[in-house]
Amino acid sequence: MITTIQQGVFTTIQDEGRWGYQAYGMPIAGAMDRYAYRVSNMLVGNSSNAAVMEMTAVGGVFKFDSDNIAAICGADMQATLNGKPIHNWSSFLVPKNSELKFGQAQAGYRCYFSIRGGIDVPKVLGSRATCSRAVVGGHEGRALRQGDVLRIGRDIFYEVHPHIMDSQYVPLYADQIELRVILGPQENMFSDKAINILFTSSYKITEKSDRLGYSLKGPKVFPIGKADIVSDAMCKGAIQIAANGLPFIMGADHQTTGGFAKIGWVIWGDLPKLGQARPGDVVRFKPVTEDAAVEVLRNEQHCYAKIVEMCNVNRQK
Amino acid sequence: MNDWTTKVKFRTAGDHGLVVEFADIICADINQIVKQLTKYLNDQQLKGLIEVVPTYRSVTVYFDPLIITRPQLSNYVSEILSGIKHFKESLPSRVVYVPVCYSGVMGPDLEFVARYTGLLPNEVVKLHTSKPYLVYMLGFTPGFPYLGGLPEQISVPRQEKPRTKIPAGSVGIGGNQTGFYTIESPGEWWLIGRTPIKAFNPLSPNPFLVSAGDYLHFTEITIEEYFIIRRAIEAGTYQLEVSYLQDGDSNDYNHSTRGFYNNPR
Repeated sequence: MITTIQQGVFTTIQDEGRWGYQAYGMPIAGAMDRYAYRVSNMLVGNSSNAAVMEMTAVGGVFKFDSDNIAAICGADMQATLNGKPIHNWSSFLVPKNSELKFGQAQAGYRCYFSIRGGIDVPKVLGSRATCSRAVVGGHEGRALRQGDVLRIGRDIFYEVHPHIMDSQYVPLYADQIELRVILGPQENMFSDKAINILFTSSYKITEKSDRLGYSLKGPKVFPIGKADIVSDAMCKGAIQIAANGLPFIMGADHQTTGGFAKIGWVIWGDLPKLGQARPGDVVRFKPVTEDAAVEVLRNEQHCYAKIVEMCNVNRQK
Repeated sequence: MNDWTTKVKFRTAGDHGLVVEFADIICADINQIVKQLTKYLNDQQLKGLIEVVPTYRSVTVYFDPLIITRPQLSNYVSEILSGIKHFKESLPSRVVYVPVCYSGVMGPDLEFVARYTGLLPNEVVKLHTSKPYLVYMLGFTPGFPYLGGLPEQISVPRQEKPRTKIPAGSVGIGGNQTGFYTIESPGEWWLIGRTPIKAFNPLSPNPFLVSAGDYLHFTEITIEEYFIIRRAIEAGTYQLEVSYLQDGDSNDYNHSTRGFYNNPR
């Protein structure tokens, strides 16, 4: 069991997300940074949908009542185990009665803490992901609080030894990011000039950004006519232009439908990078072709295969 | 309903989404096509298809581009659509009855709506419960139904200042829309009643009260009945009232009941 001594700023249980219920208005939720989430599970040999902790900005303090293997990936929160620093992007032994402490994110925004077997909270509609806005999933549908006790599950896939991730698989987080975008579905509501503004300007992520999405500040992009549309579907990565002309990028706890025009969509492959961006960071958009976007996804899959090969002791040569 | 096929547009929603758009208006006939395409896609279980989201006037198909390409998916949808074009029979619709207490604290804005519309409060209630409303789509919050067909006489512009916390189950009117808040949320609608029914119950085998394409019919209950139903729902013994109708034929009700909270589908 894991006991929450301090909860951090906003710590939730997350997995791959609650797919299949958007037709009922249910957000997908799930890890904001899919890549760090998946690698944290691979490092401890978990099966692919195991639940982990997602900590935001400042992490928590946790105590363990049994020996475990755990891993941390994503934002560097200067973790210490019984006072001794722990390497970020690594798996390590957590002895019984030890205390794992996370601090403030030095680079990046969200840190993923996985434990061998995964965190065992009840599945709701097939997923353990917390969507606090809907009070669904995770631990009682909310962020963790001091005193919360979590059980460890059995979502195990392969055997592992403690391991530090090869640096070529560790992303570097910068305070200026470039997000690749595919135009649509309502790009025809914007003039070429407006689209040009989107692709040549810098936008700042505001304090009003959270798991719901990223609110941006910068040059305004106005549609040719009205900003609103007959509501249609949207999900993670959709760039909605609200009536104020400012872009808002949907996060994991997005609304499933929206009434403002969506000028474009951040490519799936860049969502992990966006999940590590913090308020105050600068975002620039760049148009890409769909083929290029799919190629990015293919490369990501290739990385996962390599990482599993490195972590799985039975497949090491 | 025969010219929609020429107006279908395929739009791009990132590398994972295809929007099949039929129109840019709110219209029950268009929504019927949305419902049919959604049903076909859900029944077929095409490889690489992640999920299908029906909205007022379009269907968004989320897919895995590493398994199926956009041109493959678009061709597949086009084939389905040419099949639907020849599909004469409309699908029967489910009507779900939602009991609402309109009195006192349960409907804090009923008096206002009555004054605004020049009706008596009981006339507002009578109109609000006079017909089934089509569930065009779900969105905003889990299980939140976007309903169409509110009688014009009880249409009231939205509140200018949204309330920050509206209790779940609150039934409201805003512009020409009506519906009920499924979880505690902010909102701009005038609150005329409250239902003990949960639109969304994650622990139930049927977690969502309605699907897009169903109808929702409000019925009036007393405050005593409100609490009786609420207790029954908590105990898992409440039987939701449901009937079926052919689309466009709201007189031909085929009444039946089905346990929403205790019987798996």
